[in-house]
Amino acid sequence: MNDIAIRVEDLGKQYRIGALQKSGGRARYRSLRESIANTASSPFRAAGRLFSGRAGADSSTETFWALKDVSFEVKRGEIVGVIGRNGAGKSTLLKVLSRITEPTTGHAEIHGRVGSLLEVGTGFHPELTGRDNVYLNGAILGMKRAEIVRQFDEIVAFAEVEKFIDTPVKHYSSGMYLRLAFAVAAHLEPEVLVVDEVLAVGDAEFQKKCLGKMQEVSEGGRTVLFVSHSMTAIVQLCDRCLLLKAGAVSLDGVASRVASAYFSDATASATGEFDLTSHPARSPQSTPTICRLRLYNARGTPSTSLYPDESCSIEIDYHSQAPIKDPRWAIAIEDYLGRRLLTLASYFQPGNISNLSGSGTVRCLIGPLSLGTGRYLISVSVGNKQRELIDSLDNAAWFEINWNNNFANGEPYSQIYGPILRQSHWETLYAS
Amino acid sequence: MPAEIELEYSDAAVTVAADESPVPVTIIEPSRGWVSLKLGELWEYRELLYFLTWREVKVRYKQTALGAAWAIIQPLFTMLVFSLFFGRLAKVPSDGIPYPLFSLAGLIPWTFFANGLAQSSNSLVDSSNLISKVYFPRLTIPLSAVLSGAVDFAISFALLIGMMAFYHRIPSSRCVFLPLFFMLALVTALGVGLWLSALNVEYRDVRYTVPFLTQFWMFATPIAYPSSLLHGPWRTLYGLNPMVGVVEGFRWALLGTNTAPGPSIGVSCIASLAILAGGAFYFRRMEKTFADVV
Repeated sequence: MNDIAIRVEDLGKQYRIGALQKSGGRARYRSLRESIANTASSPFRAAGRLFSGRAGADSSTETFWALKDVSFEVKRGEIVGVIGRNGAGKSTLLKVLSRITEPTTGHAEIHGRVGSLLEVGTGFHPELTGRDNVYLNGAILGMKRAEIVRQFDEIVAFAEVEKFIDTPVKHYSSGMYLRLAFAVAAHLEPEVLVVDEVLAVGDAEFQKKCLGKMQEVSEGGRTVLFVSHSMTAIVQLCDRCLLLKAGAVSLDGVASRVASAYFSDATASATGEFDLTSHPARSPQSTPTICRLRLYNARGTPSTSLYPDESCSIEIDYHSQAPIKDPRWAIAIEDYLGRRLLTLASYFQPGNISNLSGSGTVRCLIGPLSLGTGRYLISVSVGNKQRELIDSLDNAAWFEINWNNNFANGEPYSQIYGPILRQSHWETLYAS
Repeated sequence: MPAEIELEYSDAAVTVAADESPVPVTIIEPSRGWVSLKLGELWEYRELLYFLTWREVKVRYKQTALGAAWAIIQPLFTMLVFSLFFGRLAKVPSDGIPYPLFSLAGLIPWTFFANGLAQSSNSLVDSSNLISKVYFPRLTIPLSAVLSGAVDFAISFALLIGMMAFYHRIPSSRCVFLPLFFMLALVTALGVGLWLSALNVEYRDVRYTVPFLTQFWMFATPIAYPSSLLHGPWRTLYGLNPMVGVVEGFRWALLGTNTAPGPSIGVSCIASLAILAGGAFYFRRMEKTFADVV
């Protein structure tokens, strides 16, 4: 009985749809004029609303459930990932569990000290020095002053900002700022940690550091609930994963299984055409350079299903507002555990790639991939001559290798042989 | 027989776990109706309150070129304007005190009140990034906004002391009551601030209402004129405005005017506490929607 860390029962959260902003699912504040107009027509009901804590919730405004009948349990020491499309209710779930917003229905209990991390650097003030911000941010995240004092040197060392700790953070580079912000958060020591997409910010090196720290946390026996779009992170860190769909848990199980199921679902394209502007990992406001991806089989038809020895090609539609000279395109293929199998790049060999300006399409011709049965993920990126990343999208698309799992002579294939199939020629050179 | 043994085992396990650490349990449920103030939790978060207040003060002084000088400039210039127009030209009586000193003694607590009110009523909206990302007792936000004004008050109070020295006024032993009048101003500012900050989340009109409100309130408070202009029961009724009690109290304690706290101060205190209690409960009631709306 005591090994449950988080218990969620029939949790639901309702928002008013009439008052919703386009993004983020937050209700719009109201103007007094509307309320006065309402008050004039029905003064008593309006007064009741003023005190009800949900002013303006007329019966006429439509509502929608961001979370509906969500139930699950997390055991002590378990690391559970939460995935789902934008708007599936992931953030709402975290907000309810970290008590930022109240649920409309249901019940949840968390056993142990809770730390929630929906953003790094909450409360950071640009005018204050690094030192001041560490104390402030620590206090906001719920650390005791003594705890911060004890860990101060460690935090500063982790962030690698020793020299600048007494400089106002407005003079920090964005990297330093993020490192310091994450360092404070990383030294939280709650028994139950609730983390949102914190790892999605910063450069690759910083992300690696964050991931390492998360791993450390998880090995320390703490309970973690972790929302991410990065399947790699989810599969690496989590034992278990919840898939949210339209506010409800649609799948709950071993992380790698759920992640793989999510992909075939999220990038639901049996046709081999992937719209990358509305991909779940895209933030709603961004204007991506990489717009669409099409995977063609050997016959030249878009498909997500290939044979191991089938030639294929990938076309990428782009749109770039700023002209970019000598773009560097790359496609990487990973298995659903997040292991990178290979990278194909336009700059590995001479090719015929023109500068980006406006819209266009590039094509990458790939010979047989020689991969074994399974589901694979495609990541795309484009950089400029200075090797700066212009746009990239991990797990942008997927495909399956379908095969009867028998080599030409009928010998069965097994996963333990590894993902790459290679024909080889065997002969005996010497026999006594 | 085997069942019994198992039972013993599990009992033992439970006891050990309970002994090891009393695990705090957080219950998350929809709240209904009026909720408790959770003052205990507020006390647990007193360090955060301290840090938020300290941030408020530090940032305010860092972002302005004149920094702490503003705490003096505001009441000083208002005093000069009042002295010229009300004292010199309109010849407003001042209970036998030099008019500049008379008005300044009212302006110092008033400025603290008015700034506290303005800061706290905008505090929730200004801290929307905190509210939508982290949980902590929301009461700390308007509370820290009002408390941060105490530093300005201390600085401007030095100006008042300087003015008293200039007019050769020696404060009497009544000074010991000053903290009480200061508390009354603080409680009033916080009470009104709680109402307005919670309303401001839902109705952004509040931001524009506050300057009007403070302006009218100032004229309803005996700052430019003495309350001795009112007589009898009117004066007690006048005390419904808690700032009347504050300003009269300041003058009485520092300058020895004959505005000794009478029934009027009692009315002021009750009114102030009523505003605070109402504000706190209203705030707590509205709190659950802050993160969704702000």
